Amino acid sequence: MTGFTFVEKVLAQAAGVTQARAGDVLDIRPHRILSHDNTAAIRKLFEQIGVPRIADPERLIITLDHAAPAPTTLHAQNHAEIREWVQLQGIRHFFEVGRGICHQVISEEALVLPAEVILGADSHTTHFGWLGAFGMGIGRSEVAALWATGELWLAVPKTLRIVLNGALPEGVTAKDIALKIIGTLGVDGGAYRAIEFSGTTLARLSLDERPVLPNMMAEFGAMSAYMPPDEVVFDYLRQRTTRPFTPLYPDADATYDETVTFDVSALEPLVALPHQPDNVVPLSEAYGQPIQQAFVGTCTGGRYEDLAMVAQVVRGKRLKARLLVVPASAQVLQRAIATGVLADLLEAGVTLGTAGCGACMGNHMGVPAPHEATISTGSRNFKGRMGTTDAPIYLANPYVVAASAVTGCITHPADLV
Amino acid sequence: MQGKAHAYPVDNIDTDRIIAGKYTKTLDFSQLAAHCLEDLDPTFSQKVQAGDLLVAGENFGCGSSREQAPVALKAAGVAAVIARSFARIFYRNAINIGLPVLEVPDHTIQDGDQLSIDFENGIITNLTRQESYAATRLPSVMLKILQAGGLTAYLTEHGDYPSE
Repeated sequence: MTGFTFVEKVLAQAAGVTQARAGDVLDIRPHRILSHDNTAAIRKLFEQIGVPRIADPERLIITLDHAAPAPTTLHAQNHAEIREWVQLQGIRHFFEVGRGICHQVISEEALVLPAEVILGADSHTTHFGWLGAFGMGIGRSEVAALWATGELWLAVPKTLRIVLNGALPEGVTAKDIALKIIGTLGVDGGAYRAIEFSGTTLARLSLDERPVLPNMMAEFGAMSAYMPPDEVVFDYLRQRTTRPFTPLYPDADATYDETVTFDVSALEPLVALPHQPDNVVPLSEAYGQPIQQAFVGTCTGGRYEDLAMVAQVVRGKRLKARLLVVPASAQVLQRAIATGVLADLLEAGVTLGTAGCGACMGNHMGVPAPHEATISTGSRNFKGRMGTTDAPIYLANPYVVAASAVTGCITHPADLV
Repeated sequence: MQGKAHAYPVDNIDTDRIIAGKYTKTLDFSQLAAHCLEDLDPTFSQKVQAGDLLVAGENFGCGSSREQAPVALKAAGVAAVIARSFARIFYRNAINIGLPVLEVPDHTIQDGDQLSIDFENGIITNLTRQESYAATRLPSVMLKILQAGGLTAYLTEHGDYPSE
């Protein structure tokens, strides 16, 4: 008998069965159930089911991040309904407007640990693979069902193993690795499968870089994504929680649906052209494209190191395009203040937004005018994504986004020096 | 089920194009219906009639996990979605809100064709072209949820998930 993949192991544990194989249908009990500004709508579905109380409120995590602070009365009413629900059901893990984006906040609070399972009404819940956990995006009805029953059915997926070898060249980031994977294999390259990352590159990635890979596997159609956690991750968590954990690793003889290998040592900065994240070209092919707005933020590209990379590029320079910076969390912002990164950004003329999802999905805080182009550290460039149909979106790493803000067109950071 | 096809032979129609993020705060279904697919085809909400069928390419519904995407289609009058393949979260969301989705890898459906759907056997008959196509069968658990009208409806009735 061959060994087991990570998802086979972690889902068997969460279902309370001794073993599981790809294709098995299990009822799993997640450790955490995430929802955000969509919580009020989920409440309405939950109330239809007719169960008076949430099965285990301790497992719930609710953040207000998608439209925070509220841009309209409608959004404000929605937040008010969520706060009332949090009180009514005694939900302890509630994070207010300004605390930050759910995935970043939950990581900082160490509410998800290695080998745990988090299901969230947010497609980027794949994020938690960076901690060696199983994260999966689900819909509102499924969250309501989880509140009522504590369980959800799912089929154990096959696994695509992605081996990353080598050290990234200077100026190339985890964002470029994610774009390379999606650009090579397509936006449905990971569809219905789990991803397991391995290879010599992983240990070289900093704490802020690591989440980019599992996070962006949402743009790859993947169900979930996993990185084998190491001491760096354990230290990060031990500084934040006393809860014990036992990491899970795949067996050496596990059966994979497919294995793909990338050597990242020759990778160059990449750009995803409108309107799909797999529309990826080398930076040289997008070079000179005029942009009116640059956006640094989101659960993909709004961590401290992203801000620091931007500061490194814009320090002492003036900007030709608007540069919006929205930190992924209040802690990211505090760190940027402490190290002087924020001062450099503001000195250069950056617009700073409240920690949260910001301009990513077109709610507010940076909606472009028709025909205005945006270059973003985020993960989505779908048509109309930022709120305006005829406003093209380019995706790139923070260095490239910053350099483009300086010149007003898509630029290689090396050309600024 | 029988209806007219609105065919968009486009791959990777994402949830932002099905219903843009700026409209997702509303719980007013008529608003969702009015803006459904507007970035793909601004005339869609005027063209579609209750009971019509939407036909699309590969990876339909990729992108966000927003359940308003299938809700908007259903509110617009779409009775079922036929695609060569679906994005995973959209597929589950559609079943969970009671919108039938059929994965049909091979077909020659054109815009305006009259289709008849046999859910039990997973067969689509193209009445206009006198052809039929095989749909991937839904897992039994999903079929039961769909027959109940969606996941919350199923749980209201049964209290727990369908067993295999």
